[in-house]
Amino acid sequence: MLMRSSVRSAQSLLRTAQTSSSAARSFATVQSDIFKPTKYGGKYTVTLIPGDGIGAEVAESVKTVFKADNVPVEWEQVDVSGVESGDKHSEDLFREAVASLKRNKLGLKGILHTPVERSGHQSFNVALRQELDIYASIVLIKNIPGYKTRHDNVDLCIIRENTEGEYSGLEHQSVPGVVESLKIITRAKSERIAKFAFAFALANNRKKVTCIHKANIMKLADGLFRNTFNQVAKEYPSLETNDMIVDNASMQCVSRPQQFDVMVMPNLYGGILSNVGAALVGGPGIVPVATWVVMWLFLSLDVVMLGKDQANPTAMLLSGSMLLRHLGLDEHANRISKAVYDVISDGQVRTPDMGGQSSTHQFTRAVLDKMELAG
Amino acid sequence: MLAVRSFAAPARRQCLQASTRAWASTAVQSRRQYATAKKGKVAEFHGQKDSDGLYTVSLIEGDGIGPEISQSVKDIFAAAKAPIKWEAVDVTPQLKDGKTSIPAETVESIKRTKVALKGPLATPIGKGHVSLNLTLRRTFNLFANVRPCRSIAGYKTPYDNVDTVLIRENTEGEYSGIEHIVVDGVVQSIKLITREASERVLRFAFQYAQDVERLKVRVVHKATIMKMSDGLFLGTANRVAKDYPNIEFDAELLDNTCLKIVTDPTPYNDKVLVMPNLYGDILSDMCAGLIGGLGLTPSGNIGDECSIFEAVHGSAPDIAGKALANPTALLLSSIMMLRHMGLFDHAQRIETAIFDTLAEGKTLTGDLGGKSKTHEYAGAIIKRL
Repeated sequence: MLMRSSVRSAQSLLRTAQTSSSAARSFATVQSDIFKPTKYGGKYTVTLIPGDGIGAEVAESVKTVFKADNVPVEWEQVDVSGVESGDKHSEDLFREAVASLKRNKLGLKGILHTPVERSGHQSFNVALRQELDIYASIVLIKNIPGYKTRHDNVDLCIIRENTEGEYSGLEHQSVPGVVESLKIITRAKSERIAKFAFAFALANNRKKVTCIHKANIMKLADGLFRNTFNQVAKEYPSLETNDMIVDNASMQCVSRPQQFDVMVMPNLYGGILSNVGAALVGGPGIVPVATWVVMWLFLSLDVVMLGKDQANPTAMLLSGSMLLRHLGLDEHANRISKAVYDVISDGQVRTPDMGGQSSTHQFTRAVLDKMELAG
Repeated sequence: MLAVRSFAAPARRQCLQASTRAWASTAVQSRRQYATAKKGKVAEFHGQKDSDGLYTVSLIEGDGIGPEISQSVKDIFAAAKAPIKWEAVDVTPQLKDGKTSIPAETVESIKRTKVALKGPLATPIGKGHVSLNLTLRRTFNLFANVRPCRSIAGYKTPYDNVDTVLIRENTEGEYSGIEHIVVDGVVQSIKLITREASERVLRFAFQYAQDVERLKVRVVHKATIMKMSDGLFLGTANRVAKDYPNIEFDAELLDNTCLKIVTDPTPYNDKVLVMPNLYGDILSDMCAGLIGGLGLTPSGNIGDECSIFEAVHGSAPDIAGKALANPTALLLSSIMMLRHMGLFDHAQRIETAIFDTLAEGKTLTGDLGGKSKTHEYAGAIIKRL
């Protein structure tokens, strides 16, 4: 079942790729006929989960910008929180969020706090992914014009398997002091993510797909992942493929990130490399993340601890425009992302994480002004 | 249980070629730098001087460029009059009862000398047998891997003033080697975390922090997701930290560590990072990437009984025998070894000579943008001694 649907989605992706081979490389996701978002009265309904901490602020920013651009999107907001409030309400909200996402097939989500001390229940982020089978996470790492970081010409894309691997959530204590944690790799899911990666590469006019693994040590588990990747690669002869061991990949990432194009990997490595990648181009505040179906915002806990009205809404805005492209609303998407890039490129209005003084509101205001000028 | 466990080692790759251009020295407070534990503690050095006043060190020259760079180390040590004599040993793998093992005389030698220096070994990829690095780790129970990374002034990378120290649990975790196929197409791989192994490496980390006077220890974990396994590691760290009240202790999520080190590594200059196997493997190579590759970083594998210091780069068979190799990583590892053996003055002198030679930039090997041969570079260091 899984495999059939992924074949189908890959084929539809291929079609998309063929019809629009000149598509912009950067922030497009791929259309698929298996997840048709619902449209009522000329508007798409999208679930919005602002999340904790700064989530609400950046979500507000996205709402404002979308509204200003008359984007035909209706938000269905669910205020899930990862912070333990002690009542049963949080569980109900989580259920509500899942139901809403299942209905709308599309969502935009801020960061959910995952406390270490939280017992019994796994993290909401992981639970959401598993519940909805959101299997691919796409992180786009690209230098923003006008914002200087240590590395230039970085333009890579990390595709991460999201539903199994190290984050399977299966752990047990054999005897006191001895814990086993299971990493699960299956052929079906490895194949699904590999196909996704290749189709994404084609649709976005990218040339090379790199498989990241540790098959020299985990010969069976990562070996299965790599072999499946190689098997799938045969169906895409036009794309260049290679594979790399994860520790080497992370070393190459910080010394010569320009060599990478599309990278596909199991869960944990994806977590590590997407953070490494985010740091290459200026931090998590500006890196958009999409997961298949649901657009996520990718922020670390430290950012959550920032002061009020200091958050950088760039990542959320760019994730928002990825969402618009996913809906086929490319015009809106281009207008919004161009305005964001222009504001950053001007350098007048930047949030503290990018070395500026401006508040979230001021940044949003500047984006709106840019859109007005352009419009 | 312990016997069932097999301990995995990371594959070491090519790297000498990856690093280019010139480097120069930061040869200041080097006593802090590549030292390992002092007497009376975990992983204490038990080696004794022979009747001629010299310590014997087992030397595994390695494959490819190994013999050339080992020769540089021997020459430099002789010139510095380090009280060391070498005992060359062979680690050509043998299959004994279907298991990869190293020759008995080698095991005997290292068990007698308590310390070894090791060049790069070629690991055949995907041939189904266990790597030699892993076999060595398992044979001598080398539970901690110490990986310092320090920027070489003058060798320009996008990152300046990097000075990280990372300690990695070496025997279990994700590299436990326990894997099986449940049904066709479904594989389970077990990450094993035990309190005993965690406590051992954590104690070593705190003690190392004291020895090198970096009085901050930070444990890197992912206990938000792996609540039990990383939770056990973190919990053990919290408990061990109480025994070292003079050391500042905190914990950080793996994701945040990656993000922050790559954004700006300098806040980590006063800390010792300690973490489980896989995270340590990835992060230690990443830190090496910050300063220009594995050709510039030393590594020490510490065990209760013996310790093995090694160059972690590949054996570069393509340039073997052409005198093009850069022996720096092995040299820095040998300095770490001298400090482990308590020979601080010799370590200091050789280290200063190395960094000064690199700073001067006249006699560099090809990978650093120079034109010198391996022995010319070694000769320049010897001159400074």
